[in-house]
Amino acid sequence: MRQLKAELVSQTEIAYSIFEVIVYHEAIDEQFQPGQFVHVKAGNGYDPLLRRPISICHIDPEKHLLTMIYRAEGKGTRLLAKMVPGGVVDLLGPLGQGFPVESVGAGDTAWLVGGGIGVPPLYYLSEELTKRGVTVKHVHGFQTESVVFYEEKFKALGPVTITTADGSYGEKGFVTTQLDHDADYLFACGPSPMLRALESYPAKKGVYLSLEQRMGCGIGACLACVCHVQGDETGLAYRKVCSDGPVFRAGEVVL
Amino acid sequence: MSRLQIELPGLQLRNPIMPASGCFGFGREYSQFYKLDQLGAIMVKATTAEPRFGNPTPRVAETTSGMLNAIGLQNPGLEKVMNEELPWLSQYDVPIIANVAGSTIDDYVSVAKRISTAPNVHALELNISCPNVKEGGLAFGTVPETAYEVTKAVKDVSSVPVYVKLSPNVTDIVQMAKVVEKAGADGLTMINTLLGMRIDLKTGKPILANGAGGLSGPAIKPVAIRMIHQVSQQVNIPIIGMGGVQTAEDVVEYFLAGASAVAVGTANFVDPFVCPTIIEALPALLNELGVDHISELTGRSWKKEWNLQSSSH
Repeated sequence: MRQLKAELVSQTEIAYSIFEVIVYHEAIDEQFQPGQFVHVKAGNGYDPLLRRPISICHIDPEKHLLTMIYRAEGKGTRLLAKMVPGGVVDLLGPLGQGFPVESVGAGDTAWLVGGGIGVPPLYYLSEELTKRGVTVKHVHGFQTESVVFYEEKFKALGPVTITTADGSYGEKGFVTTQLDHDADYLFACGPSPMLRALESYPAKKGVYLSLEQRMGCGIGACLACVCHVQGDETGLAYRKVCSDGPVFRAGEVVL
Repeated sequence: MSRLQIELPGLQLRNPIMPASGCFGFGREYSQFYKLDQLGAIMVKATTAEPRFGNPTPRVAETTSGMLNAIGLQNPGLEKVMNEELPWLSQYDVPIIANVAGSTIDDYVSVAKRISTAPNVHALELNISCPNVKEGGLAFGTVPETAYEVTKAVKDVSSVPVYVKLSPNVTDIVQMAKVVEKAGADGLTMINTLLGMRIDLKTGKPILANGAGGLSGPAIKPVAIRMIHQVSQQVNIPIIGMGGVQTAEDVVEYFLAGASAVAVGTANFVDPFVCPTIIEALPALLNELGVDHISELTGRSWKKEWNLQSSSH
């Protein structure tokens, strides 16, 4: 974990209010793992004050490039969206515990399920899994057609099904209706209701869920993003989404 | 003697900068960024007799130049702090100020008695100002009689000096300061967070699960400066100032107001290196101000004989 003053290389609005930003720093390499995140300072001033946790969408270890995709919806992300090439992006990272890529082997099959702005970290995951010989299938849920992104990019790695809540693109409805039950693994990132629906998916080898939560420090010190542990009767056990997660094995924490 | 070295009751500080309680855990996370013995001291996370999970999430919400939190004194409890956290911290040559919280006077007394015996705990910070717990906390810090009572009870059992953390959520901060001084407090730390709230436009409900929370960050600095300016003229015990400190300039402002040391809170979340960065920047700033030792600055804003311009050399 380091503080990096990365250089913004490119920024593109790839869907409505969805931005893909690529930054360069010599310390960006394969130590950045799928499912981890970086904590980004938007602007130089005190407003907004806190950093924004943004997932890692892609790493180019040779060129030391990090790709992030975020939705410009709050003060901080809107500021970030105005940044142009050459600008300095202050980020802490890589942070947190990512997906257990190492434990997935050649010949395994995996569902990658994303919801909205939970889709981006699955791209890096999908790349790493396919490199290992894993067969991946994707289901991505979005609110509506205008916010759908990266469909073609994912298609290069494995089949993609898109769902939209309003039926304006792909299948109408939610991601959960699109899954068959014969995968070894299921990896998901998205809003809590989606993760709760996927928690009991009968994967042969494991279900791993990446949680979203409001964070303070992003490094495990402030205890803003804690969650309860399943089966803990004392009610005192906890996990920090930022440093114990954001990826947890299904059944570990209360969603 | 270093120009940043400070002596306060129970505390020999190599510099007057310390992370504020609740913003630094027990130091483990920040030790990944720098060696903790660069710090003047560490104010560790509030400790209660029993472990606490704290409040439901969301526990934080951003505000203009600040943030609200309602963590709810989550901590592993006295036993674990004594057996694991404080011994871990003892690898660093840095004095610990243990923040003590509770819901009854007996709670405060039992934690204070025990935690003050830890070899690296050089002072206690009596937390009678946490706005985020239903019982205790703020209730002790806003009623003069109970503030007096809990301070006195803790003073009676503590093996180390006791600093009382004052709440800004009172009508008359000077009265509270005087009351705890009378009860035997060795120092004051101020200010804790200001009660605040944010409401989500989409849901129409407060963002924090707890409803209200404590406001911290640069937004509250002027409030803290004003209160320290008032209180430091009315008490004879030192003040560790806090609230929105981000830079060496902020530290100097706190000293001018009347503080003798300064704690850095929310800024640690934004920049994990903020404390060492401030410590490093202070000597040059003292040069600019023509000040030999940082303690010369304490209270200059109200000490009539001082004038920064005329004293520069």
